[in-house]
Amino acid sequence: MFEGLSQNLVFGILVGSLYGLAAMGLSMIFGVTKLLNVAHGELIMFGGYACFWAFSLLDIDPFLTIPLAMLALFLIGAVLYSLIFSRTIKLPDESKVKNSLLVAFGLSVILQNLALRFWTADERGVTPAYYQTSFTALEVRFPLVRLASFAVALIFLIALRLFLKNTYTGKAIRATVQNWEAASLMGIDIHKVYLLSFSIGAALAGVAGTLVVTNYSIQPAMGLGWTMKALIVMVLGGLGSIPGTFIGGLILGVTESATSFFINSNYREVAGLILFVLVLIFRPQGLFGTKES
Amino acid sequence: MSTKQIIYLALIAVILVGLALFPFMTQDDSTFNLVILVFLYMTLASSWNILGGYTGQTNLGHAAFFGAGSLATRLLWVGGFPAVPSILAGGVIAVALALAIGIPAFKLKGVYFAIGTLALALILNITIGNVFPEMSYNPAISDYQIVPRYYLFLGLTVITIAAAYFLVNSRWGLGMMAVREGEEAAESLGISALRHKLLALAASAFFAGLAGSAFAYYHVSYYLNMPFGPEWTFDPMMMAYIGGTGTVIGPIIGSIFFVGLKQLLVWNVGEYHLIIFGVLFILIVLFLPGGLVEAWKKYQRWFTRWYQRRNTSPRNVIGTGHLP
Repeated sequence: MFEGLSQNLVFGILVGSLYGLAAMGLSMIFGVTKLLNVAHGELIMFGGYACFWAFSLLDIDPFLTIPLAMLALFLIGAVLYSLIFSRTIKLPDESKVKNSLLVAFGLSVILQNLALRFWTADERGVTPAYYQTSFTALEVRFPLVRLASFAVALIFLIALRLFLKNTYTGKAIRATVQNWEAASLMGIDIHKVYLLSFSIGAALAGVAGTLVVTNYSIQPAMGLGWTMKALIVMVLGGLGSIPGTFIGGLILGVTESATSFFINSNYREVAGLILFVLVLIFRPQGLFGTKES
Repeated sequence: MSTKQIIYLALIAVILVGLALFPFMTQDDSTFNLVILVFLYMTLASSWNILGGYTGQTNLGHAAFFGAGSLATRLLWVGGFPAVPSILAGGVIAVALALAIGIPAFKLKGVYFAIGTLALALILNITIGNVFPEMSYNPAISDYQIVPRYYLFLGLTVITIAAAYFLVNSRWGLGMMAVREGEEAAESLGISALRHKLLALAASAFFAGLAGSAFAYYHVSYYLNMPFGPEWTFDPMMMAYIGGTGTVIGPIIGSIFFVGLKQLLVWNVGEYHLIIFGVLFILIVLFLPGGLVEAWKKYQRWFTRWYQRRNTSPRNVIGTGHLP
């Protein structure tokens, strides 16, 4: 019983880091541009397919495909932003969120059907040679792929934080978040900031996609499920807070694994969604967010 | 009554008579199925429009009501109840669900309401799938007849559209639109936003639930959680937007357009209608928030102006010889 529980807890944390990473891009985009890109799950899916292609056609190790997936999704993000989302950026906040949500729903329908066209409805996965390898410590099993994914998620969390704190571009992004009018008066090209933030968010979805395809499998209809996970995590962690997002991911992962352990694994997504609705109603600023004045 | 209104009423009467006589003109099952699909989408899109279009609350959980109605009806009807009370029970259950989730859900504003309702529908979708994992079969498949189902859907569609029309032209409808335009302003004029939203939600859910009931009576075999699927929210929502939200005719046009496009493209190039529909939806949200209805009005205005300009331009006037 106890071993099963601790094994479950460890798996929950390892999976949770992946949820955190999946939400990081969404949170980055929402935090900076106030665009709610609910096609985020589809971007994750495209990252997964990029990894799948590189692995199955060029025989590249899935973890080495991360830069490739990032680059591909960065470009896709830039195109999507300039073609579509930039047209909603000047609206007042409330209608901006709503219109971007609607537009992103249309986009998710398009991307889903494009994926169906390119890769068919089959489930795709990536299984490198070390897929079965795992370590055992204190009678708890740590699969290598999951551990590596955890490390990747942690690396990107720290890298994003350092980028936002220390680089000139990162400071420009934070300035725009705080007050875009003042930022633009200080000579920051806020449209470039928006474009860049959106593309970085999409690139992070690409990273998450490579991890999803190595840990699970992908198929064209997966988008909404992952969008919901990212939304849940973002709301749990407080909107736009990057470390909060990571912790939110861990909470969701542990909630899901606890539900599988104590109730039934069929209800693990329901538990996450119920948590989400409760937080929305009772603590809309997130578990770690501070109340806006 | 003005001449214009009389023309409209005559037009509606002709269409209704045509639709009522439709079963005498064809025996082809696939034609019936196609028209029933249009009716189903019209009911869903029109009922979504009551809350989403007129009251301004983007409901992404419409499938929950459709699903609840279909589940109640299917269980009762397959369990041996007569069809009509089972179908009415579907609508009632959907309203009960709406009122149960309405109060907490309307604590959420704007986009939070949208994603909150989406989450609620997904919760029901997964849970019903877990509770009823098996396919539901029609028990009386041997004497299945399509014509009564056709009339059921026709009646439901007409009632839904008429109810939407009378609701939005009533005092309550004006209140709903006031809430959409500005909740605080409406409240300051003594309009209770919560009450109007709840009424719109209940009406919207009632007709969506009845659509689900009709679906349960019509469909031969399906998984019971299938009507809870998110596509039953997104497709009608896109139809309402493409036709024109906040108008009675918009969802009707959108549904015909959606099914027509689907048929056309399935015949010609495969499964592309959703891609094209998605592109169109994005374009309409970005550039033409009033949908095809607004496009038509703009065209009419432009045409009238062009016509007037042509008839009053100096060259034409001189040619008539009527100058003073």
